[in-house]
Amino acid sequence: MCGIVGLQLRDGADERCLGELMAGMLGQVAERGPDSAGIALYGDASLSPPGWAAVSALAPGTPGPVLAAALRPLLAGAALAATGLAVTEVADVRVAAAPVPQQRLSAAVRAVLPEAPLLGTGPGLAVLKGVGDPVRLAESFGLAGRGGYQAAGHTRMATESAVTVAHSHPFSPAPGLCLVHNGSFANHDTIRRRLRADGMEFGTDNDSEVAAAFVAGRLAAGDDLETALHAVCATFDGFYTLLVTTPRELAVVRDAIACKPALIAEGDGWVAMASEYRALAGLPGIGRARVFEPAPQEVYLWSR
Amino acid sequence: MVAVSQPAATTGPATTGPAAASQPAATTGPAAVVRPDAGLDVCLDAAALGARGVNARLRELPAGSRVTITSPGGRHNLAVGLAAALEVTIDGPAGYYAGGLGQLATVTVNGPAGWGAGENLMSGEVRVRGDASQSAAASAHGGLVVVEGNASLRAGISLKGATLAVAGDAGAFCGFLAQAGTILIGGDAGDALGDSLYEAVIYVAGRIGSLGADARVEELSQADVTVVRDLAARAGLAHLDPENVTRVASARELYHFTSDHHAAY
Repeated sequence: MCGIVGLQLRDGADERCLGELMAGMLGQVAERGPDSAGIALYGDASLSPPGWAAVSALAPGTPGPVLAAALRPLLAGAALAATGLAVTEVADVRVAAAPVPQQRLSAAVRAVLPEAPLLGTGPGLAVLKGVGDPVRLAESFGLAGRGGYQAAGHTRMATESAVTVAHSHPFSPAPGLCLVHNGSFANHDTIRRRLRADGMEFGTDNDSEVAAAFVAGRLAAGDDLETALHAVCATFDGFYTLLVTTPRELAVVRDAIACKPALIAEGDGWVAMASEYRALAGLPGIGRARVFEPAPQEVYLWSR
Repeated sequence: MVAVSQPAATTGPATTGPAAASQPAATTGPAAVVRPDAGLDVCLDAAALGARGVNARLRELPAGSRVTITSPGGRHNLAVGLAAALEVTIDGPAGYYAGGLGQLATVTVNGPAGWGAGENLMSGEVRVRGDASQSAAASAHGGLVVVEGNASLRAGISLKGATLAVAGDAGAFCGFLAQAGTILIGGDAGDALGDSLYEAVIYVAGRIGSLGADARVEELSQADVTVVRDLAARAGLAHLDPENVTRVASARELYHFTSDHHAAY
């Protein structure tokens, strides 16, 4: 069992309330996944200013200023102004942002922190993950005070691989892409071997990471997100409710048996999904929202 | 034979429990629900009490009490395991197992319900005035579960004698492994309807996506029409024409293993 929550603000809704809404939603699915939690935040300007490249790295032993000092010379020459680098400490995560090409920032963080798991990369994206009680983690992330236009959250009850920060969700194998999963795959090892042969790299032995990498591969090959998720249905065997986000999209898909729960709500100025209704109950105007269960093997996608 | 369901209200004087035994019974309305006059009118705030607090208070109430549960907020396990003829209204969306395991009580959800509404119901009624998520009336032994909106996948899974009425559509795998009881679908049924049915009978007013393994369409008898008419009236499915439903029951081909291919194993 795991819990999933996702929210996309639309039509000029107030982006300052994203974190507060997400913190409430995540708390309602904490019982579904008490061992770890994670959140992908799109558009929180305090972590990743608009247009800047961003990298979220798990580096509890590296103070933010130390990381910034190490990154600065690597990024110099990229027309980097003295103030054009931000490193924010969020619990054990360091979110680095700079007005440079994404690849350049990702390579610089990788060079400074060769062992640190990179939790997420991409302009406007911050990925915050941790092990432990989801409600306390959300507090340590300062989630309720954060803004943005879109978020995906996950609470994990591990069933098939270790409980570590790197094994927790969201998985973000390509810039801007995040995936969270409730369920378990049966043939992920076979698919991982195939993706490895194609040159894909994996940070863990987690089954959900394989789905994330698979989607990343399909997107890189030219698929749109909807096509890529149909390909997941055709390729993966197992149980899944998946929430997949890109900087512009939020998508939901479930397996043919649909034994993992999912609800979608379309409200006034937002679209949300959650494992259970109680996670949606606190959203503004939920009483007027269109609430429905996504059908098996259908891709539901919202763009903005 | 058609499986004949229990009447909706099993709250006659003989079954109302000790609190009502000394009270004269009062008949209230055309449904002939006999309710002892010993009950209380109670309002329980689920946001303040939590599901456990609500359920603990419900168990203390005498038969005949009328209870409104406010601010349910999608909480799970509300009004489960009731053993007295209470009239409970969950005033908003309910979470999992609303009204499950109950006897004698009438539980109404003014909103949608999560997984397993009326799961394992023994008698009485669970009514969802909205959509019900997966596995409505799962394993229910008796009583009536009504979904006034649509039911999601696996409605009536493993039904063991209760009656399930869905006014709208029912999702895939409805009636999976259902052993006894009656399912009435006022709208369309999804795929794999009645897969591996035992002796439960399914009636569908709309279209059927596909039949599951060992389920077959059977001729509608006059007895079926009577059952459907009575059930539609009790459940409030006024849009339904009892003469124009499809009866689905077990072909009983899966009841026994055959030895035809034993060498293959």
